Amino acid sequence: MDPIKILTANIDKPNSTSIDVYLEGGGYEAARQALQMARDDVIQLVKDSELRGRGGAGFPTGTKWGFVPKNAPRPTYLLCNADEAEPGTFKDRVIIEKDPHLLIEGMIIAAWAVGSNPMAYIYIRGEFHYGSTVLNKAVAEAQARGFLGRNIFGSGFDFDITVHRGAGAYICGEETGLIESLEGHRGEPRVKPPFPAVVGVFGGPTVVQNVETLACVPFIVSKGAEWFKSFGTPRNTGPKLYCVSGRVKRPGVYEFPMGVNLKELIYDHCGGITGNRQLKAVIPGGASAPMLRPEEIDLPLNFDALMKAGSMLGSAGIIVLDETVCIVDAVWRLSKFFAHESCGQCTPCREGTNWLESILDRIERGEGRPQDADLLLDMSDNIGGKSLCALGDAAIGPVISSVQKFRDEYLHHVSHKSCLPGTTRYRRLDMPVAAH
Amino acid sequence: MADLHPDNPYQKDRFPDPSKKVEFRPEAKERFEWILTRYPTREAALLPTLHLAQEEWGWISPETVHYVGSLLGLSPATVFGVVSFYNMYNQKPVGKYHLQVCTNLSCMVTRAYDIYEHLCDKLGVEPGQTTRDGRFTVGEVECLGSCDTAPVVQVNHDYHENMSLEKMDELLTKLK
Repeated sequence: MDPIKILTANIDKPNSTSIDVYLEGGGYEAARQALQMARDDVIQLVKDSELRGRGGAGFPTGTKWGFVPKNAPRPTYLLCNADEAEPGTFKDRVIIEKDPHLLIEGMIIAAWAVGSNPMAYIYIRGEFHYGSTVLNKAVAEAQARGFLGRNIFGSGFDFDITVHRGAGAYICGEETGLIESLEGHRGEPRVKPPFPAVVGVFGGPTVVQNVETLACVPFIVSKGAEWFKSFGTPRNTGPKLYCVSGRVKRPGVYEFPMGVNLKELIYDHCGGITGNRQLKAVIPGGASAPMLRPEEIDLPLNFDALMKAGSMLGSAGIIVLDETVCIVDAVWRLSKFFAHESCGQCTPCREGTNWLESILDRIERGEGRPQDADLLLDMSDNIGGKSLCALGDAAIGPVISSVQKFRDEYLHHVSHKSCLPGTTRYRRLDMPVAAH
Repeated sequence: MADLHPDNPYQKDRFPDPSKKVEFRPEAKERFEWILTRYPTREAALLPTLHLAQEEWGWISPETVHYVGSLLGLSPATVFGVVSFYNMYNQKPVGKYHLQVCTNLSCMVTRAYDIYEHLCDKLGVEPGQTTRDGRFTVGEVECLGSCDTAPVVQVNHDYHENMSLEKMDELLTKLK
C-alpha cells in the first residue's frame, strides 16, 4: 500500500500554518459550503462517510453528532480534544503545529452540524506550548478574515474558538475528565450516564472530538462520503495517520488509507528494526493497547482487525520493541505511567495501578516470586471494568498481554534474578523514583 | 511547629505569609480580564489564570493560591486542589531552566534514562531538585507526544528532540 497525502497535504509547504497558504489550497471552501447546507444533511453526510473517532474508541462520529438533543435547555458545546498524551502518539501534534486551519475548518463544520453555541474550545495539553501559540495565531487570522466571530461567512452563524491549555494530566484526554478540567476542576472523570451528548460541559449537551477526526470533516464535505469511503474497508474508512516510534529505523507519522498492514508499515515504510535486530513485540495503539508478538503482526491496522486480534487501534501509536528490550522493564515503565496518571477517584485503579508497578519493579529487580505472574493477572482482573473511566482498563492491557505472551521472560526473572540474556534494562535501579 | 513529613501539605511554608503581597502587573491583569470574557463561568478561568500566575512568578506559592482564589471567588482549598492535581503547576520554586526528561517507553528504549541519570550526576541533584545556583531543576516527565524524535528533553516550554549525552552537554553549556 502506498502512503497518501490528504490530512498531511499541507504540512510540507513553506509557511504551512498561515491562512494564505491554507486558502491557496482551497481552504475554508468546505466550511462555506457546509454553512449553506441543512444541519441534518451535514450530519447525514458524516454518517454516510462512516468516519469513526480517531481518539481511541473509534465511535462513529455522525452517530455521536446525532445524539445531541435539538432543544436542550442549555447551550450545546463543541470541544476539540487536543490533549494528545497517550504514550506513542504524536499525530495530532502534526496537524496542530503544521496545519492549524484544517482543524479550525473542521470545527466550524462540526459546530454548525451540532448547533453549537458561539464559543467552542480546543483543549490542548499544556506541554504543547508551541502548538497553542500556533493555534492562537491561526484563530486570530481566521477572526480577522471573518471566518470566526459574529456572522461567519455572512451566514448568520456566530462561532468563535478559545484555545484552552491543560496543565499536565493524561486523564484529561478522557472526555468527561476533559470536561471537568475545562470547567476549572480537577480532571476527575464523571459517572456516565448522563453521557456528554446530553449533559456535558457547563451543563449543556457536549460533543468532544479528537483533532484528527475534525481534520477529516472538511474533506468529507468537499469531496463527499463516497470519496471518503474509497479509502479503507467498510466500517473502517478514510485516511489515517499512524505514529511509529521505538526501535525502528525511520520513526514518524505516516498517512495511509485506513488498514495498512502492520508488518508492511514496520518493515517497508519505516525501514525495519534498528540495527536489523529481531522484532520482539509491537504495541499497536498507544500504551493502553495489548501488545502483539511478531507472528501476529501480519494484519491490517484498523479498528475491527485489531479488536479481533485481541488488541486495539486506539490512537494508532505504534511502539516497536526489538529483541534487546526487556519486556518486564518495558511493562514496568508503562505501569509507572498509569500509576502516575490515575486520578485517584476509584480505588481499584488508584491502588491497583500502584501495585502493578511495584510488583513489576520487584520482578525486574530479581526479587520476584514464582506466583507473581499469576498475581499480576489476578490483580488486573480486579482493576478491569471496575472503575469509572477506561484508565484502569488501559493500565492492564500491556500487563495481561505481556504475561500471556512473554511468560517465559517473567519466569526467567524470578528463577535467575536477572533479565533474559541479550536484553537490556535501560535504567539504573538505584535512582530514586519520584512519588506519584 | 514539629517536623512534618516532607510530603505533608501542611508545612509551615505552605501557609500564606501576609507580608508577601502578590498582585498581577497591569498587563497580566488585562490578560486575566480577557480570559474571563472567554468562559461562561469564573471558575473555568482557573487553569488559564494559574498558567498566567506561573508565568509571572515561576511557581504557585501559597500566596498565589489565595490571590487567584480571591480573583475568581474560589476557596484556597479548591484552588490548591487543582494546583496539586496537575503536574505543570510548580508547587516549589524551580530553576531558571526546568529540564524535564521524558522517560516513557519510546524515549526509554532510545536511552532517555542515560540522559536523565547523566543530568542528575553532572548537576549533582536528585530528581526534582534544583541546583544550588538556582539555574537548573531536573525532573522526569511523562510522554511529551514527540516519540518519533525520542529521546526528548523539555527545557521550560521548548522541546529538544533526538537528544544524546553529547547534545545534552552542549545544550547545558548554552543555558546560562
